Amino acid sequence: MDRQTQLGDRKSGDETSPIAAYAVSTDLLTKRFGTLTAVDRVSLLVPQRAIFGLLGTNGAGKTTVIKMLTTLLAPTEGNAEVVGLDVVKEPEAVRRRIGYVSQMLSADGELTGYENLLISAKLYGISRADRAQRIAQALKFMELSDVADKLVSHYSGGMIRRLEIAQSMLHRPQVLFLDEPTVGLDPVARRAVWQRIRDLRNEFGTTIVLTTHDMSEADELCDIVGFMHVGRLEALGPPAQLKAELGAEATLDDVFIRYTGTSIAERGGYQDVARTRRTAERLE
Amino acid sequence: MLPAHAALPNAWNNTVNYFKQIFAVAEADVRKLRHDPWELFTRMVQPMLWLLIFGEVFTRAHTIPTGSMSYLDFITPGILAQSVLFVAIFYGISVIWERDLGILHKMLVSPTPRSALVLGRALSSGVRGLSQGIVVYVIAAALGVDLRVGFGSVLGVIVAVMVGAATFSTFSLIAACIVKTRERFMGIGQVLTMPLFFASNAIYPIDMMPQWLRHVAAVNPLSYEVDALRTLMINGGISSFGLGADFVVQGLALTLLVAIATRLYPTLVN
Repeated sequence: MDRQTQLGDRKSGDETSPIAAYAVSTDLLTKRFGTLTAVDRVSLLVPQRAIFGLLGTNGAGKTTVIKMLTTLLAPTEGNAEVVGLDVVKEPEAVRRRIGYVSQMLSADGELTGYENLLISAKLYGISRADRAQRIAQALKFMELSDVADKLVSHYSGGMIRRLEIAQSMLHRPQVLFLDEPTVGLDPVARRAVWQRIRDLRNEFGTTIVLTTHDMSEADELCDIVGFMHVGRLEALGPPAQLKAELGAEATLDDVFIRYTGTSIAERGGYQDVARTRRTAERLE
Repeated sequence: MLPAHAALPNAWNNTVNYFKQIFAVAEADVRKLRHDPWELFTRMVQPMLWLLIFGEVFTRAHTIPTGSMSYLDFITPGILAQSVLFVAIFYGISVIWERDLGILHKMLVSPTPRSALVLGRALSSGVRGLSQGIVVYVIAAALGVDLRVGFGSVLGVIVAVMVGAATFSTFSLIAACIVKTRERFMGIGQVLTMPLFFASNAIYPIDMMPQWLRHVAAVNPLSYEVDALRTLMINGGISSFGLGADFVVQGLALTLLVAIATRLYPTLVN
C-alpha cells in the first residue's frame, strides 16, 4: 500500500486506451521465412494482469511470436491484437501501450543508468514535468539510485536487467514483453528480477508476457504458460493444471517433455545459440 | 472526438514532439562522445595529414590548375568535405553494433517514428562533422589559408558540413540495412569512400577529369558539398554550380536517402 502511493496512480501510456478483455489475443498467427514456418497457426488469449510464460526449446518460435506482438515483425498470416489493437493496422498505438525487454542486453553500456532512462523517457514523449519524477521512482524501485551516474558497462548482469525493466516501464505500459529475462543471471539476481516482475503486475496492473526455457522460472512466476514446439502452440493453461493432467507427481519438466518430445529438436541453430552465449558472456 | 479548435495545437504539439525525438536520438550519441571523446581526437589525424603533407607538397608542385587560388586554398574545403565523408560513411557500423546488442530493437518498439530515428542519427553525424570542421579551420589558419571568417560564411559552412554528414551517414545506414553484418560492412565502407572521394572536385577541379568521370562527378553529392564549402570558406572562392544549386542538390539527395532509410531501418531487426 505504502509503495502504491509512492509510485503514484497507474496511468497507461495513453489516456484513451480501449477497454479490451484480453491483453493479448492471437488468431492463427503464422510467420514463414521462405520455406521455414517459424510460427504455425498460434491462437492464444492472455487475460489482463496475468503473468504469461511462453515456453519451448531454442528455435521453437517464441521470440518470433514476441517480435510480431511488439510490431517488430509483420505476420505472414493470421491476426494479433494487443489490448484490443491490431499490431499490423495500428502499430504506433500498440507501441505506446507496450514495453519490451529484448533477449539481448539492450541497455547502452556507454551511457549511465540515468542517461539510459532519460533518453527512453524522451523517446516516449514523457513530459519534462513528469520525467524527473518517473526516472527517480524507477531508479528507486529497481534499487539503482546509488549507481545512477555510473556507466552501465560497469553494472552487473542483474543490475542491467533491472535497469532495462525500469526503462521499459517509464511510460507505464499496459503489457510488458520480456524475452528470456533471466538468461545468464545467477540465482540471486534471478530471484530479484522475478520479484520485480511480480511487483510490476501487482502495483501497476501490468500484464506480463515472457519467454523462457527455464521450467522452474515458469513454475514459480507464471499464472499461465504456453508450450511451443516447432512453431506450434502445443499446450496452454495454468502450470498446476498442466501438471495435474499428467499425474499427481508430474513436474513442469515432465509437461515440457510431454509436449516438446524427449529428443530436443533444436532448430535455433547457430544464430540463436551465438546470441544467447553473447548475452551470457556480457553478464559474467 | 476532439473539438475542431484543438486540431491545430495538436498538430503543433506533434511537430514539437517529433523534433524532440530527433534530438533525443542525437543526444544519446553526443553524451557517449562526452564520456569518451577519444574517437574525436583520432579522427583529427587524417585531415591533418592531408593538409600538412599532401597539401603542402602539391602546392609546391604547381601541377594542378586552380586558377587564382593557391592549391592549398583549393583543397582545404575538399579535405573538410572528405574528412566529414570518412567519418559519416562508417556510421552504419555503429547501427549494426546496436542491432547486435539489442539497442535498436528497443528503439524500434518505442512509438518514435522511424523517420525521427533516422534523422536523429543523421543529426548526430552532423555534430561529429562539426568537430572535423574545427580541426580543419585551425590547421588551415596555421598554414595561412585565405579563410573567410564572416558570420554568414561560417554559418553557411556549418550548414553545409551538417547536411553533408547527414547525407553520407544516411547513405551508410542504408548500406548497413542491406549488408546486415559488420564484416561485410567493413568491405563496403572502403568500396564506397574512395570512388566518392576521387570522383569529386575535392582535390582537383572537375575540368581536369576525363569526360566519363565528369559525368560521375556531376551526380556525386560530394562535389556539391565541396563546391558550397569552397565558395563559403575561402576568400575568392568561386562556385562552379552556384550556391543555390549546391544546397538544392544536397537537400534532395538527403531527402531521398532519408525516405529510403526510413523504409529499410526496421528490416535490420528481422
